[in-house]
Amino acid sequence: MTTTSSPVLSVRDLRVATIGSRPSEILKGISFDINPGEVVCLVGESGSGKSVTSLVTMDLLPEQELRATGGEVLLNGEDILRATPARTKALRGAEMAMIFQEPMTALNPVLRIGLQMEEVYMAHRDMSARDRRAAVLEAFASVQLPDPPRIYDSYPHQLSGGQRQRVMIAMALALKPRLLIADEPTTALDVTTQKQILTLIRQLQDENGTSVLFITHDMGVVVDIADRVCVMRKGEMMESGPVRELLAAPKTDYTKDLLAAIPSLTPPEPVESEDADIVLSVSGFSKEFRLGSALSRIMGRADHAVRAVDDVSFRLRRGRTLGIVGESGSGKSTVARCVMRLEEPSAGAMLLDGQDISHIQGAELMRARQRLQMVFQDPNRSLNPRIPILESLCEGPLNYGRDRAEIRERAVEIMETVGLDPEGLSRYPHQFSGGQRQRIAIARALLMDPEVIVADEAVSALDVSVQAQVLDLLDRIRRERNLSMLFITHDLRVAAQICDDVMVMQKGKVVEMGPASEVLSNPRHAYTAALIDAAPGRSWDFEAGRPVTEVQPA
Amino acid sequence: MTLSAASVLAPRQRRGLPFRRPHWLTTLAVLVLVIIIITGILAPLLAPFEPTELNSMMRLKPSDTTHWMGTDSYGRDMFSRVLYGARISLLVGFGTAIGCLAVGMPLGLISGWFPWADGVLMRIMDGLMAIPGILLAIAVVALTKAGLVTVIIAIMLPEIPQVVRLVRSRVIAIRSEAYVEAARLLGTSSTRIIWRHLLPSTFGPMIVQGTYIYAAAILTEAALSFLGVGIGTETPTWGNIMAEGRLYFAINPWLVFWPAIVLSLCILSINILGDALRDSLDPKMKSRR
Amino acid sequence: MIQYFVKRLVMAIPVMFFVAVFVFLLLRLTPGDPAVIIAGDQATQSQLETIRSNLGLDEPLLGQFVTWMGNLLQGDFGVSLISQQPVIELIGQRVGPTLSLAVVAMAMTLVMALPLGVMAAWRHGRLLDRAVMIFSVLGFSVPVFVTGYVLIAIFAVHFQLFPVQGYKPLSEGLGPFLHRIFLPALALASIYIALVSRMTRASMLEILQEDYVRTARAKGLGEKIVLFRHALRNAAIPILTIVGTGFAMLISGVVVTESVFNVPGLGRLVVDAVLARDYPLIQAIILLTAGLYVLINLLIDLSYALTDPRVRYQ
Repeated sequence: MTTTSSPVLSVRDLRVATIGSRPSEILKGISFDINPGEVVCLVGESGSGKSVTSLVTMDLLPEQELRATGGEVLLNGEDILRATPARTKALRGAEMAMIFQEPMTALNPVLRIGLQMEEVYMAHRDMSARDRRAAVLEAFASVQLPDPPRIYDSYPHQLSGGQRQRVMIAMALALKPRLLIADEPTTALDVTTQKQILTLIRQLQDENGTSVLFITHDMGVVVDIADRVCVMRKGEMMESGPVRELLAAPKTDYTKDLLAAIPSLTPPEPVESEDADIVLSVSGFSKEFRLGSALSRIMGRADHAVRAVDDVSFRLRRGRTLGIVGESGSGKSTVARCVMRLEEPSAGAMLLDGQDISHIQGAELMRARQRLQMVFQDPNRSLNPRIPILESLCEGPLNYGRDRAEIRERAVEIMETVGLDPEGLSRYPHQFSGGQRQRIAIARALLMDPEVIVADEAVSALDVSVQAQVLDLLDRIRRERNLSMLFITHDLRVAAQICDDVMVMQKGKVVEMGPASEVLSNPRHAYTAALIDAAPGRSWDFEAGRPVTEVQPA
Repeated sequence: MTLSAASVLAPRQRRGLPFRRPHWLTTLAVLVLVIIIITGILAPLLAPFEPTELNSMMRLKPSDTTHWMGTDSYGRDMFSRVLYGARISLLVGFGTAIGCLAVGMPLGLISGWFPWADGVLMRIMDGLMAIPGILLAIAVVALTKAGLVTVIIAIMLPEIPQVVRLVRSRVIAIRSEAYVEAARLLGTSSTRIIWRHLLPSTFGPMIVQGTYIYAAAILTEAALSFLGVGIGTETPTWGNIMAEGRLYFAINPWLVFWPAIVLSLCILSINILGDALRDSLDPKMKSRR
Repeated sequence: MIQYFVKRLVMAIPVMFFVAVFVFLLLRLTPGDPAVIIAGDQATQSQLETIRSNLGLDEPLLGQFVTWMGNLLQGDFGVSLISQQPVIELIGQRVGPTLSLAVVAMAMTLVMALPLGVMAAWRHGRLLDRAVMIFSVLGFSVPVFVTGYVLIAIFAVHFQLFPVQGYKPLSEGLGPFLHRIFLPALALASIYIALVSRMTRASMLEILQEDYVRTARAKGLGEKIVLFRHALRNAAIPILTIVGTGFAMLISGVVVTESVFNVPGLGRLVVDAVLARDYPLIQAIILLTAGLYVLINLLIDLSYALTDPRVRYQ
């Protein structure tokens, strides 16, 4: 890291505020530098202003909503904030380029990939059509895309998420910019793809000597990619420094808490309770989705069936937590939805306390459902925004004929159990934060006195510090009430912390199942091993604040 | 964590009042509407003459202090006729809007909630939409005696599909929301889910749609009257006043323009009100106005 | 893609069927004797008999329907009760002016509405945007016949640039044709322009928020390319849809416009038919315009495949 040459990007006392009658500051005077060939991570939770920082730098702020009110953003010494629109347009794509979070929406769905890629050259270089095409194919090859000519003629929907992100990277690096801004470029990807993309960015950055401003919320990713880190919070720069120094000895309490909240990949010592009775037993579960219409059947086309879940069996013991882990498309959520009977399983049996509930209907189903409750992923959508909290909480018990006054009393108790002020019962969901709403959703499930709670990615939408609190809450409730929990997650760190047993799924099938401590430290299946290997930041022990000394055999 | 500015700002905005201070244009539109409604209701008290009172001495007189809008070819006072005309328009608009919502909402709920009914219902609605509104209305009027109720039904028919489609799309969007699934898991029955979770969420869009239908109905009624296939000429309506006035357009264009101005102002005000309601119910739509 | 085409085509059949059933039932299910409704209260017994046998009203309902549908499918729309000519001939004589009016109005709309909508979205919140929006609310709110009379008062009476009324077919030369059709087409287009420019603007505003538009800007592309290559093509589907569903509105407008400008088209025919209670004629006009509507919307559905590859590869 040469510090002798002048920085590629230098942000000085940058201020950004909303436009309107009551402007509020989104960035409150932040400063940082990026030196040539350096990767700087901006890390922070939602609302920290890290993405706004990247948009200012690119001069892409939504002009109706936000504007820079002070400071300087110097790219190679040239102030972006004071440059003309024509000048920043010339710089964008050529001197500074950007990769976005959502590969699914970042490419234009109605234009061929080749054209979208060529546009970069059209905008900044005077090249013949033939040269452009050659340059595009070469760029595709450099990001290790298979069969570049085919990609050239494809539309975005024909590529996978990882391939699209590679296209975005090729596009961003096409003209060898001095600065690459990557805004959560791997957040929407599966861990194994994430690892490949991170490796690619690092490799290309090394080859070209590009400086990178990397924005992420994930400390694990920071460990894997950063040279230096800047921690942001609510529009302010909390601290910055070389990555290892900062992780080993954080100066502010905020960073300390942030690091402490990251779940460890190593599961705690297992608690033996093999003798507990089996609450839920699932055997031979399958779910097929049939795609096809009456029309295509008439036209003699066979239905196209997708096996989302294929012959899955497991047992859940009382008082234990079984984790189902896997990447997107593994069928883990479909299993949860079938257990809840939100989807009908195509085959298999499901015994709840010995009673087969896989095909019951009507009143019988209603009775069974009382004992099974679910916590959904997105706390913004799992509560009806038009109904006060108390009404949402009461809905279930009222359906089962409980007395209103009694429910109210219990609702007050439960609110305290989940760590919320009972005053909040008369408020509406939008008056609570995401974490609080997830607590309310948990309270709603608890009011039904269930035996089993199914949590489908219940902490995935939450910031890491809130995530830790909600995980603690779930674990405490499980212990206190001797509940069983089916915990669906894509995050191995989360699984390691909360699950007694883990079931790993891939493409609808179970590839490995066993106690968490065993599966996560001694994976027997290659896929499990690959998942663990891809977990970001596994070379760093966040608890101890030092690199992991002994790398587990993968 | 797509931190577009919109998502950064959203929670802050939501905590604000649901209704901002209305735009001056909206205020003006409401004022115009209130005046038209009140003068329409109070027409018998306010009108200086009987709207059907013939006066062969006073034919085709221009505006003056006694006849503010002049007189028509029968010597009837235009101002009184325009005042009375408001009653029919407002009544037809109101009847049509209420009727459309009353028929369209249940159909939309059924279509959105029960997949088996959806296919057939939506094809029927497509069929209804395929018939140009005025032609359908003309056919209905041709078959029955052109009274107030017939005209309302005739105008309602082509507007119903829009309501059904809107409610249906809303229901389909919401039925897969996590909170509706959560309600199912809490043992809530389908009828209760519809009643408690789905129906209330359609009210906002329905009020907006209702005002648009109100405006469209007034417009269609005027067109029918203008073509001579609406409510009979014994009752003055804005449309038939214009139809009678057009014969003398070359002599006195104001016979057409007075009712036209009031009619256009009325529809304009309702549309502006509709836009304002839509914006305040759905802040995301604000930018679309 | 062929599957998509066939699917759309098959879906159009029940729609047309329901239109036919609806039109059929409209007369038969109206309270009272259909023959009396058509002939009027003072009709003689023999007049009523003629109408009944003419429309086959003495058969049972289902039988009537089967015969009626059979005739329709063979292109037989019945005979006018007044002139005793086949209605299809009567319609054929009048369809020219109506189609000319509709096509010219449609052309005016596309030429004016698309650029207006795109510019309004681009200059969102600025003066141009406001002006377009005010114009579009006005276009919605002022009835076609009012617009018509305003245009006549200004351009025909005051400036005497155009004739007050009348129509000349294209066969009499492009000049006279355009001279006479300009004002009625403009009056007719006013609502349509309002509708399409509003939808273009709304659709563009939504698309301009999309990630890929940001990507396009991040590449350093110029605004013209961002607007027209990246945004407008994605905004096309809702715009095309409104052009299609708005066609029903256009036909409604034609009826009124023809009356204002004295154009001898289908609209006048239908009004005359209503006043004469010539039901077979009304029926045929409704069926044919509905058929045209379904056809246009079918074509528009198919054109989605041209603008959006995701439809093509479905």
